[in-house]
Amino acid sequence: MTHMKYQPTRARCGGIAAAIVLLCLDCPRAEAHLVTTGLGPVYDGIAHLALSPADLAVVVVLVLLAAMRGPRQSRWLLALLPTAWIVGGLGGLTFQITASLDWATGLSLLLAGALVAADLNLPLPVVATLAAIIGGFNGFSTGAALARTPHAALELLGILVALIVIVTLIAGVVVPLKAFWMRIAVRVLGSWVAATGLLMIGWSLRA
Amino acid sequence: MKRNFMKTKSQTTVACLLLLTALAAPSSAWAHIQAGEAAGFLSGVLHPISGWDHVLAMISVGLWGSQLGAPAVWLLPVSFPMVMALGAMLGLLGIPLPGVEIGIALSAMVLGAMVLAEKRPALWIAAGVVGFFAIFHGHAHGTELPAGQSGLLYSAGFVMATGCLHGVGIAIGLIHRWATGRVILRVAGAAVAVAGIFFLFAAFK
Repeated sequence: MTHMKYQPTRARCGGIAAAIVLLCLDCPRAEAHLVTTGLGPVYDGIAHLALSPADLAVVVVLVLLAAMRGPRQSRWLLALLPTAWIVGGLGGLTFQITASLDWATGLSLLLAGALVAADLNLPLPVVATLAAIIGGFNGFSTGAALARTPHAALELLGILVALIVIVTLIAGVVVPLKAFWMRIAVRVLGSWVAATGLLMIGWSLRA
Repeated sequence: MKRNFMKTKSQTTVACLLLLTALAAPSSAWAHIQAGEAAGFLSGVLHPISGWDHVLAMISVGLWGSQLGAPAVWLLPVSFPMVMALGAMLGLLGIPLPGVEIGIALSAMVLGAMVLAEKRPALWIAAGVVGFFAIFHGHAHGTELPAGQSGLLYSAGFVMATGCLHGVGIAIGLIHRWATGRVILRVAGAAVAVAGIFFLFAAFK
């Protein structure tokens, strides 16, 4: 019995690279919340994070924070973040608010990004608490925005699916990074997110 | 014959990159926010690379970091964006900073001179010098958002573009390990310093 290990050839890598370039060049425009595509509220929810850069940045930086500490913290984040987001989302649906919460999202980015940049050896309870608070708050903000749509609960379900997929994929990439320069790259990314968060606070104070 | 289709780490990475590329595809972003706002990201990316004063100063940070070696080579690019954002925040809030253009010109001059002289001060001094000038660069970016564009995406764009310019400087600075490369770097530092003098004259006009 022969076991053939799948080896990426140059041609295969070239094909994948070409696919990425084509994807970048020919990405169809998604009409507002996918409503006109007829895919429904679940897919609207799945697309939400892709269409909301601030929410996506929050998720990415929290995953980076946990993944830099290893698989244990990442597994906890995979359970905690989507749960907190959905609980917060249901809260937002219940207690609707109209005030802008951009400053708080900026604060989340600043805090989590600065922790990634500092690469502090944070214990699990600290990361878990941070993920629960930030996830819950951003979920609340999302829920409050979704409350105006007719199928908000289904959209939240879509967001839950997207969160689980994104957390799993990014943690899967970051956890195995052991090389020194790769950790530096993640820290630089964290500092970019923190800087963007600081600026987001500035924009909300200016508005 | 039984074939094992176990995915390799590189395949997984490529698959993740493909997904992230799809998520970051710019035309999708047009759908969610109001038309025209997504242009903010592009404006932000283009802003730091649209002026030679910014470009030369940012690349000099990378060059100097390479000359200084670890930990400065990675500490400067990690700390610079946050200090720059602080300066941008001042600009956003309408807090005036006197002599912004002069400060930017001086940054090119001083950083170029540091590369030319291959100065190796203590880490906190190097970080202080770079951080001081970062405030001027940030203030200029913060006050120049084109009307009707997304502030968040503009901010993310100019932070990323600045970081990439640092990366370019660090990559060029890798030639520092060879004797000829060290000479070339010092010549490049001299060129940046001379350009800084030119920018300074222009700022006073």
